[in-house]
Amino acid sequence: MRDINFKIIENKKIARDIYKMILAGDTSDIKNPGQFVNVKLPFQYLRRPLSVCDYNDGELTLIYKTVGSGTNFMSTLKNGDVLSILSGLGNGYEIIKSDEPVLIGGGVGIPPLYALAKRLIENNIRPEIILGFNNFEDVFFEEEFKALDLNVKIATLDGSYGSKGLVTDFIKNNQYAYACGPLAMLKAVYKKIHDGQFSFEARMGCGFGVCMGCSMKTNSGFKRICTDGPVFKYSEIIWEND
Amino acid sequence: MMIDLSTELSGLKLDNPVIPASGTFGYGLEFAKIYDLNILGSISIKGTTKDARFGNKLPRIAECYAGLINSVGLQNPGIDHVINNELPELRKIFNKPVIANISGFSVDEYVYCAERMDKISNVGIIEINVSCPNVHGGGITFGSDCEKVFEVTQAVKKVTHKPVYIKLTPNVTDIVKIALSAEEAGADGISLINTLLGMRIDIKTHRPIIANKTGGFSGPAIFPVALRMVYQVHKAVNIPVIGMGGISCAEDVIEMMMAGASAVQIGAANLIDPLACKKIIEDLPKLCERLKIQRLSDIIGITD
Ligand SMILES: Cc1cc2nc3c(=O)[nH]c(=O)nc-3n(C[C@H](O)[C@H](O)[C@H](O)COP(=O)(O)OP(=O)(O)OC[C@H]3O[C@@H](n4cnc5c(N)ncnc54)[C@H](O)[C@@H]3O)c2cc1C
Ligand SMILES: Cc1cc2nc3c(=O)[nH]c(=O)nc-3n(C[C@H](O)[C@H](O)[C@H](O)COP(=O)(O)O)c2cc1C
Ligand code: FES
Repeated sequence: MRDINFKIIENKKIARDIYKMILAGDTSDIKNPGQFVNVKLPFQYLRRPLSVCDYNDGELTLIYKTVGSGTNFMSTLKNGDVLSILSGLGNGYEIIKSDEPVLIGGGVGIPPLYALAKRLIENNIRPEIILGFNNFEDVFFEEEFKALDLNVKIATLDGSYGSKGLVTDFIKNNQYAYACGPLAMLKAVYKKIHDGQFSFEARMGCGFGVCMGCSMKTNSGFKRICTDGPVFKYSEIIWEND
Repeated sequence: MMIDLSTELSGLKLDNPVIPASGTFGYGLEFAKIYDLNILGSISIKGTTKDARFGNKLPRIAECYAGLINSVGLQNPGIDHVINNELPELRKIFNKPVIANISGFSVDEYVYCAERMDKISNVGIIEINVSCPNVHGGGITFGSDCEKVFEVTQAVKKVTHKPVYIKLTPNVTDIVKIALSAEEAGADGISLINTLLGMRIDIKTHRPIIANKTGGFSGPAIFPVALRMVYQVHKAVNIPVIGMGGISCAEDVIEMMMAGASAVQIGAANLIDPLACKKIIEDLPKLCERLKIQRLSDIIGITD
């Protein structure tokens, strides 16, 4: 974990209320897909946690939805603006050898799956992609996943794009799953599969394990979503927290 | 000019007055990865209770103007675990005495925890949290009642030879009266302030953001309240005061010491900037030089 200044090199709208921000800076603290960063914004006291969507030497991509004062402010930032970012937070996904794993993302749970798909491909694993949205105006990153030559399936709640329904409708038996999205989606996916990894969210005080703001009960004891997670294994998860 | 940053708390010499506050620094391990903890004056560890506690439901954190609300609910692994695991780990990376912050739900629990901490060699001060606003029927009843504060202080003093600091809640009508009760019962010092009871509501759902509805508000927004209380308490008591509440920079440290603090604790600032304490310690000598302060301890309570 390190506090690093990143310079914005792109910040553009890619779907309804969804923005893609590319930043230049030292990404060497990011080790795994599924890790997140914590972004300091002027006028906000707490940092804002956002998943690493993609990273390479010197470039970091974030995808964010404008839901409140912090993310709305982010959408007004210009190329060349500099942000202080705590980089390399959380554990991230572990690459598990399995035949045809499935990556399941809902809404702004989709971004971390992009870097994960790339790492899986580097390990000669070709995942299937299932993306869930509310409506066709919300759809993003379909093309990006297709450009990786992956099989992409899309579900929208109202049927305005892809097939009508839930991401779980597409899951085949015995697929190893990597999931990120709203809690209700994670729970539904968990019920359909036998093994996998799930990424969780919490309102965070620090993002690096010291405030105990983000604790979760698991089969292996109390865990901090920000440091022991955000990704938890199927076998660790219990749902009694809510 | 050589600036002397050292200060003293009940015979305990500190290299400088900067101490991370309980609950915002864990047991130091995460911070030790990014700086040498030995630059700190001391460390106040996360509030410890007799038994392990999971704490409150999520969400436990809410954003505020210049601060945050937390409702962690004293999550900690329990005193046995802390003594057998966290404190020995901390000793490997921090070679100065620490402040053991303890909490309880009965006088007996405070006494039990103080008795255990009394035997730990790297504990320099026992800090009694009579103020955590998070737990039903817990700290709040002790810290807002002079008699209860007196009772806890006196009971704890009987079982330890280490200095006992009573950490006060600001959620009271008269902070000076409470501080005087602690002093009268034999407290060696006063720590203040703990968090102010606060609340936020999600205007889209009408529901409180914090699962427990209310929580403790801290951060820069509470600095003027903390400063005022430190000032009043310092004027009234004859024991040292550790000042905290919203301190974010070297200027705030100086101001808090002028109000009467012999040392300071830094809380929320650690969460936003993990290097906050280090930066403050590095800035202090430069600021002292500009203000022509040669010995920092000379300014304690200098404001009339
Ligand atoms: C590990 C992790 C990864 C995330 N990744 C992404 C991502 O890639 N893209 C994306 O759009 N969003 C992501 N989120 C959610 C994102 O952090 C929030 O939407 C954002 O903080 C809202 O800030 P705001 O100021 O716009 O909203 P406000 O409602 O004004 O925020 C107020 C406070 O609530 C917190 N908060 C509000 N909503 C959430 C939430 N859903 N989760 C956690 N904290 C919240 C904020 O951090 C802030 O402290 C992630 C959250 C976590 C915990
Ligand atoms: C996340 C969090 C957890 C805290 N936990 C404790 C605790 O366990 N015991 C305690 O005495 N105070 C606790 N506090 C209070 C702080 O130690 C400090 O008194 C208060 O936050 C004011 O300082 P600040 O404004 O610098 O944060 C906690 C504060 C925060 C923000
Ligand atoms: S957000 Fe502070 S411990 Fe996880």
